[in-house]
Amino acid sequence: MTFQEKGVWVYGVLTAVVSAVYFVFLAGQIRTTAVSEIGYQIPMVAAIVVSIVLFIVASIAITIASPADADKADQRDKDIDRHGELIGYYVVAAGCLPVVILAMVRADQFWIANAMYLTGVAGALVSSAVKAIDYRRGFWR
Amino acid sequence: MKPTRVTNAIRTLRFAHGEMTQAELAERIGVTRQTIIAIEQGRYSPSLEMAFRIARVFAVPLDDAFGYEDGLE
Repeated sequence: MTFQEKGVWVYGVLTAVVSAVYFVFLAGQIRTTAVSEIGYQIPMVAAIVVSIVLFIVASIAITIASPADADKADQRDKDIDRHGELIGYYVVAAGCLPVVILAMVRADQFWIANAMYLTGVAGALVSSAVKAIDYRRGFWR
Repeated sequence: MKPTRVTNAIRTLRFAHGEMTQAELAERIGVTRQTIIAIEQGRYSPSLEMAFRIARVFAVPLDDAFGYEDGLE
């Protein structure tokens, strides 16, 4: 497995785990509290910061484990990255529509912010999944 | 996405050139060993430039290193 492929797996798994923890927290709050009263801001920022920090730490760990491969990316890595990012972009673009509709109907900012976060998470997960599949199954132009 | 119609004789060429390893070929054309494995197994179709570089390593015309299957659906 190349350095880039390991990075794809780390990014996908971290995004899935951290966002799952955040949404489980929210689900617990929604049952007992009115959405306008839920303090989601700090947990959301924490989820984003924790994802970034853990990804940096994991990348350093991967580099230490196999320093010779560190940061090597050839044409195949770049092709797969471009393909995954393109599909992820489509997901984010599609996810923006519900966010705009929520804003138009003046939904509570809780729903707008979380729909936005969910869109970003979905884009990252789909992008990582596409790249992981391209690496395993194959990538053809 | 359909599997590639591009075929290759890299494995045969490697063995014909002193049993060159995948790592050695990868080093010579500036890619990872995993990319050579993916090309050999038909899981990645290289760019035209990379294909030329591979053919040059074995000192053969492009057609001897790569082929294109017609009628494969």
